[in-house]
Order: sequence, then structure tokens, then C-alpha cells
Amino acid sequence: MAERSPATRRFLGVVLALVFAFLYIPIGVLVALSFNEGGMPTVWSGFSLKWYGSLATNGQILSAALNTLIVALVSTVIATALGTLLAIGVEIRRRKGKALEALIFAPMIIPDIVLAIALLSFFSMLNVTMGLHTIVLAHVVFNIAFVCAVVRARLKSFDWSVVEASTDLGAPALTTFRRITLPMIAPAVIAGALLAFTLSVDEFIIAFFTAGAGRASTTLPMQIYAMIRFGVTPELNALATLVIAVSVTALALSQRINRTIAP
Amino acid sequence: MTSERVLLGIEAVTKRFGSVTAVDAVSLDIRENEFFALLGPSGCGKTTLLRMLAGFETPNAGRILLDGRDISAVPPNRRPVNLMFQSYALFPHMSVRANIAYGLEMERLPSAEIRARTDAIMATTQLSAMADRRPDQLSGGQRQRVALARALVKRPRLLLLDEPLGALDKKLRGAMQLELKRLQHEVGITFIMVTHDQEEALVMADRIAVLRNGHLLQCGTPNEIYERPADRFVADFIGVTNFIAGRAAPGGVAASGGLLVRGARPEALADGADAWAAVRPERLALFPGPEADNRIAGTVETTAYHGLDLQVHVRTALATAPLLVRVTAEQAERRPVAPGDTVEVGWSAADTRIFAKD
Repeated sequence: MAERSPATRRFLGVVLALVFAFLYIPIGVLVALSFNEGGMPTVWSGFSLKWYGSLATNGQILSAALNTLIVALVSTVIATALGTLLAIGVEIRRRKGKALEALIFAPMIIPDIVLAIALLSFFSMLNVTMGLHTIVLAHVVFNIAFVCAVVRARLKSFDWSVVEASTDLGAPALTTFRRITLPMIAPAVIAGALLAFTLSVDEFIIAFFTAGAGRASTTLPMQIYAMIRFGVTPELNALATLVIAVSVTALALSQRINRTIAP
Repeated sequence: MTSERVLLGIEAVTKRFGSVTAVDAVSLDIRENEFFALLGPSGCGKTTLLRMLAGFETPNAGRILLDGRDISAVPPNRRPVNLMFQSYALFPHMSVRANIAYGLEMERLPSAEIRARTDAIMATTQLSAMADRRPDQLSGGQRQRVALARALVKRPRLLLLDEPLGALDKKLRGAMQLELKRLQHEVGITFIMVTHDQEEALVMADRIAVLRNGHLLQCGTPNEIYERPADRFVADFIGVTNFIAGRAAPGGVAASGGLLVRGARPEALADGADAWAAVRPERLALFPGPEADNRIAGTVETTAYHGLDLQVHVRTALATAPLLVRVTAEQAERRPVAPGDTVEVGWSAADTRIFAKD
């Protein structure tokens, strides 16, 4: 690549700064305003943590947060188990020259709204009573694809001869999986789980469609949506800040673990 | 050392992958306590054959008998056979000790016995000092020894080694060749090694099978393979050989210009058929004595000093390529030669091998 002139480099630097500003200024403002003392969501009047305090006493928000936690944890556990097995199965088939890749990535590519409607019709067709359990199942559907993608990336560089070595040394298939394969791909499995958890925590559309009637299965994003119809309150800013904190932590952790995976 | 008892019988084993026949009706008997080498260029089927012995591939036809029992259908984890992988395939998340003990744990042995046997094999393979290290903290040679120890500790009836020295640098390889031989002698286990390195096979093996395109070309001791190769391919693959093209004629091969190269002809070869006369460079003499019944005048083209010997290329009327003559350093000192010198090259008819042109 040719060396860029200083002027070009400066220009590109400005473009980069603008892009980052565009991406992060709204989020920065939101976080800053969550510490705003006054009730006006857009006018700064002094530092305070009182909105975080009022969050902690808001029953609706707390129950929504609990629902979100349940949905995210349960769907993550299921999707991680299934997604990991799927990744291994697909990789073994691929090595034998039989691919079915496109089918696996479909839930990642299909627009959320389409998936949401499809799942809603599916559940209604089966006459399933909707609630947290249907949200969990719906989240499992797309989370499998993400876990599978992360684990497969690791399996691409996996040395399968260790599996053969384990078999050769007398281990049955399940022992090999438990003692060799799983420990070796564990970082990718954990990274996939963290990604699934993050996606589930702030997923709105699919949860909204598959939650069914009533307040009992409201998740945090749905609660925020309901609150925002009465205007943006500082309390909402504080809640959003907490959601961001959880997501960013999980994502950062996931990437960090993924980076420790062998080259 | 090697007994006459047959440990492993390979009977007309064939393996096909789609339309490709990787191993074609190969039959071999491997004896108890033998160090056996499967030798051939890449793609000759030697690794596929080894993987069938380990149980990772199932033959399409033929039988594999271990101690007289057909094991063709026995899964790899139930065979008293262990494989040392070319990439070593060490478990990266386990220490050296855990890697070695793994196979014994699979046999559900008492932990005291596992510990004792692991300690013993680590002492034999000089790994005791690094028992707690992970594979990525070891050098290539140490990793190789862990892979070997991990397979040997199970005391298999048969140890399979897939290019065991392939990943080592040249100097270490020489040392490990002798080390492997010593170990095989010490543990008294039958070894079957796959290699593409003919020198390695000659140095290490009691017997060698040469394979090409899935076919077994020749099986014999290193001396038999080197001195009496079955065909032109084996002669060319093992060591260095001078080839002289011509036609079969009474008493030998008529080379270009009607010069007769004397030697014993295989009976199947008819007069006038295309043929090769082959002779090893160390069998050629630059200043032949009266016993040399093949003689040809030539001009020295190049000389190359190799320490132990001097390799001299001599241009002659016999062949388009110059003849390679290996002169011992001692001989070269007595009668020095230089490029441009006119010399006579001679050898005995008994040292000529004659092959049909394939």
C-alpha cells in the first residue's frame, strides 16, 4: 500500500473522529444525564445518584429486570449447549464434505421482525400459552446461531488429531468429548454464551411478540418501551445506563476470552 | 532379537476413497519385536495403511490379524495398538504427566499403578524433570518424547509411528533415530513406522516395505532393498543410483552406441526389450582393476567433496547424464582427479542390476 500524505492522513483522522462522535455522543449524553439531579431529562442541574435510588424502589422495573435475567440466563444455557453441539456436528460434516452452513446462519440474517411474527404464529398455531417460557424458546432460536458461529470459528483451527489420539488411548466418544474436546474449546463456548446473554438482555422485538398478554412476562426492554411513551425521564436514563453497563461488560469479556483462544 | 513368530498379518487389504484406491491388495506379515518401516513417497498409501492398523479407517477388502484374531472391525479404543501421531497430538490443556497417564486412566487401573508406570516411562524417556509442564512449554524433541511415552506406557502389542521424526530438525533427527531404536529394544514392543525418508528407514528398520500408488513393491531387510531392489522405482527411491538406458541383449544391456553393459538379466526380459542397467555410485571405480568387466572412458565434469567421500561426475558415451562415482577420501588422496581429466570408469558385472523399462 502506498504511503499516505500527511494531509490525507489528517483528513481521514477527522472522518474517523466524526464517525465515533456520531456513534457515541448520544450514548455519552444519556449516561451523563442519568446522573442529573433535576427532573428535566435534557437540562443539567447538578450531580446526583437519586435516579438510581428510585430505580431500586420501582417494583415494575425490578420485576422486569428479574424477567430479563431469567430469560437471558435460561436461553443462554440452552442455546450454548445446543449451539456448541451444532457447531461440532457441522464441522465434522464439513470435514467430510457435506455442508449445510446457510441454514444455520439464517436466524442471524432474517430480520428480527420476521422471526418474531413467525414465532408468534408458530406458538399460536400450537395453542401454546405465551409467557416467559415462549420468550426463552424464541431467544434460544437466534442465540443458537450466534453460539454456533463463535464456536465454529474456534473449531476451524482445531487439531482433530487430539480427538483421534484420545480414542487411540482407549477413551470412548463421550469421555473424549468431556476430557479433551470441551476443555479445549471452552474459551469459545464461554465467549459464545456471553454473546448470547448480551443479545438476550436487550432484545425487544421478538420478546414483545412472544410475551403474550399481561404484565407478568414484561422484560426490561419492553418496560423501557412502555415508560418512554410518557416521555424520557431521568429514571429511564439511569436504567438504560445500567443495561449498557451489563451489555458492554459481557461483550468485552466475550471478546477478551475469544482473543485468548489459540491463533 | 526379532523372533520368527508373526504378530500382525495384513491379508490382501484394500482401501478405496471414492474412485481412488489408496491401498491395493497389500499383504504383509510383521513379526514379533520387529522394527518395521512402511516407506514410500507421499500419496503411496502408507499412512492409510497405518490408519487401518490403528482402526481409524476400515478396509474395503482383506483382513488384519493381530495374534491370529481379525481386528478389522474393532474400534480404535479397543485395540491393543497405539499410534504416535505425526503432529504428536498432545493434549494442550494437560501437563506432561497427565498426558502420559491419560491412556492408563482409560484402562481404569489403580492410581498407584498409574503413577508408578507413568514415572517409569518418564524416566526412560528422560521427561521426569518436566512432568508438570504443558506441551507448549516444551521443545520439539521433548514433545516427540511425550507422544512416544504416552503411547508406550500402555504397553501395546503394536506401536504405530506416523513420520515420528518428521517434525524435528536434521541434527536432532539423527540422535532420535538411535534413541528410538534403543527404546524399541528396551521395551520389546513391535514398532511399525511410516516414513518417506529412505535413509531413516534404512538406519532404523529391521525390515522395510516399499509402497507406491497403493501397491507393495518390495519387502525385505534394508540390505536386500538396497542391494537387490525389485524394480527401477525402488532402486531410484532408495539411495542414489546411476541408470543407463538401453535394450536387453545377450549378457546385459546394449546402451547407446552399441556399448554392452554386462550384468545378470531378469529371465522375464526378452532380447531387444527396453531396459535399464543400474549401478550404485560406490560400486564404480575410477581406476578399475582387472576384475572390472564393465569399462568406459570418460571425462571428469565436476568433483564435490563430502568429507567421507568425493563425488565425481564423469561424462561418458554410455548415458546422457554423467555417471556419479563415489571415491573414498583415501582413494582420492592417493590418485587425485580434477575436472577435465580423462579417466576410465569400471565396475563388476555382479554389481549391475537390470530392470525392465516401465
